[in-house]
Amino acid sequence: MAKTNGKSKGRRAKDLDFWGYRRENGRVGVRNHVVILPLDDLSNAACEAVANNIKGTLALPHAYGRLQFGEDLELHFRTLIGTGSSPNVAACVVIGIEPQWTARVVDGIKKTGKPVTGFAIEGTGDIGTIAAASRMAQEYVQWATEKQRERCAVDELWISTKCGESDTTSGLASCPTVGNLIDKLDPMGATTCFGETSELTGAEVVCASRAVDKKIQEKFLGTWRAYNAMIERHKTNDLRDSQPTKGNIAGGLTTIEEKAFGNLQKIGHKTKFIDVLKPAEEPKKGPGLYFMDSSSAAAECVTLQAAAGFVVHLFPTGQGNVIGNPIEPVIKLTANPKTAREMKEHIDLDVSGILRREMTMDEAGDALIDITIRTCNGRLTCAEALGHREFVLTKLYQSA
Amino acid sequence: MATTHFIVHDKADTVGVVVVETVKAGETITGWVLEDDSTIKIKALDPVPLGHKIALVDIKKDATVLKYGHDIGRASAPIAKGRHAHIHNMKTKRW
Repeated sequence: MAKTNGKSKGRRAKDLDFWGYRRENGRVGVRNHVVILPLDDLSNAACEAVANNIKGTLALPHAYGRLQFGEDLELHFRTLIGTGSSPNVAACVVIGIEPQWTARVVDGIKKTGKPVTGFAIEGTGDIGTIAAASRMAQEYVQWATEKQRERCAVDELWISTKCGESDTTSGLASCPTVGNLIDKLDPMGATTCFGETSELTGAEVVCASRAVDKKIQEKFLGTWRAYNAMIERHKTNDLRDSQPTKGNIAGGLTTIEEKAFGNLQKIGHKTKFIDVLKPAEEPKKGPGLYFMDSSSAAAECVTLQAAAGFVVHLFPTGQGNVIGNPIEPVIKLTANPKTAREMKEHIDLDVSGILRREMTMDEAGDALIDITIRTCNGRLTCAEALGHREFVLTKLYQSA
Repeated sequence: MATTHFIVHDKADTVGVVVVETVKAGETITGWVLEDDSTIKIKALDPVPLGHKIALVDIKKDATVLKYGHDIGRASAPIAKGRHAHIHNMKTKRW
């Protein structure tokens, strides 16, 4: 139940109850997917065939899973296991080319207590595998669709955030709107996460000052320095073709430093981050704000946050990034009046009124809380309605 | 309330952000400073698109440009007060 520090906060937290799916391990999801998860690129076709056979299931094709090694392989497993383990996933079928790595993913997901079964293609072929996996998927989807939502408190909600195709309106209004939500929900016990290591460049010292203590501050700066060293190692110019992006530049953002300060507005004014997570690492320190080491590319970052167990995502955009995620609903907000008008079907919340002084930051934050709770209760986001399911694994280096 | 043409994050900032869809060269425009809720006026010397920056003071070549009260890069060319500030006259100090 909601932990409260005072009467007004208590009332407020109660107002923010939502209807979620309670899973076997106690975690709460806001979607009820049955996922058909490929271990590797070779198993995409079988997974897509199963999802085509059994309605209401969802295949998550991706490009990797062969001959990876070291930290890159660990990240691959962590992301797949985390994706299957998400409270937004009711049950999972895993298909791989061979049984051993398939079993590793199945065993990882099994720890949540949810139904999961693995199938390997070698020795059977696609058709036999698809038949067996389809039978299991049908059983899972009919079981999962009988699950009922129950009333859950906001301190059981895990929210991630990352912005994309930002412009200067992001730093002025849409990112601070997310910050306003985080400053309001943090004292109520929500678990929240921001990332985008490279896009804090220029604001890394200010960001570090928002760590809860010296140890976490150093952990953050070490993480940022390692990422920056990777960029320095590989860059061929000042990144003028990549960072800021062409869209960012069209929207008026000139330098990475400017973009970074806009990005940082998403963590509000008061909230401190309590730990630094590896990519796709599940938070272990209880409620609070976490920083996750991640790429700043939208689909990579959201995929990692979803795999860490975050169930709903807040995505400020300036120029109109259209991203979604297959298992974690992505709520889009913009303060750019032109984007809100011209790309209306992608925008869940228009906060451009802040720039016209028709809306205060506090009102915008409350409107975002409202749409977040409605999304958790089952409202499809624009990205969900439009079928955006970008599932993009982060690869750290070449395969062996 | 009169139209706000541009917004400034911090009083110390040397650039503001245009928040209306068109600002014409020669137009005198009104800005809102978030830090202290004050209002300032400036004459635009360039057309400045929505979301783009306008210099609030004369910025010398190689001087640090301030936004959010922080260093967001350097002027790669002199930027006169009222001019459009972007990739043609500003550059990152990183990378």
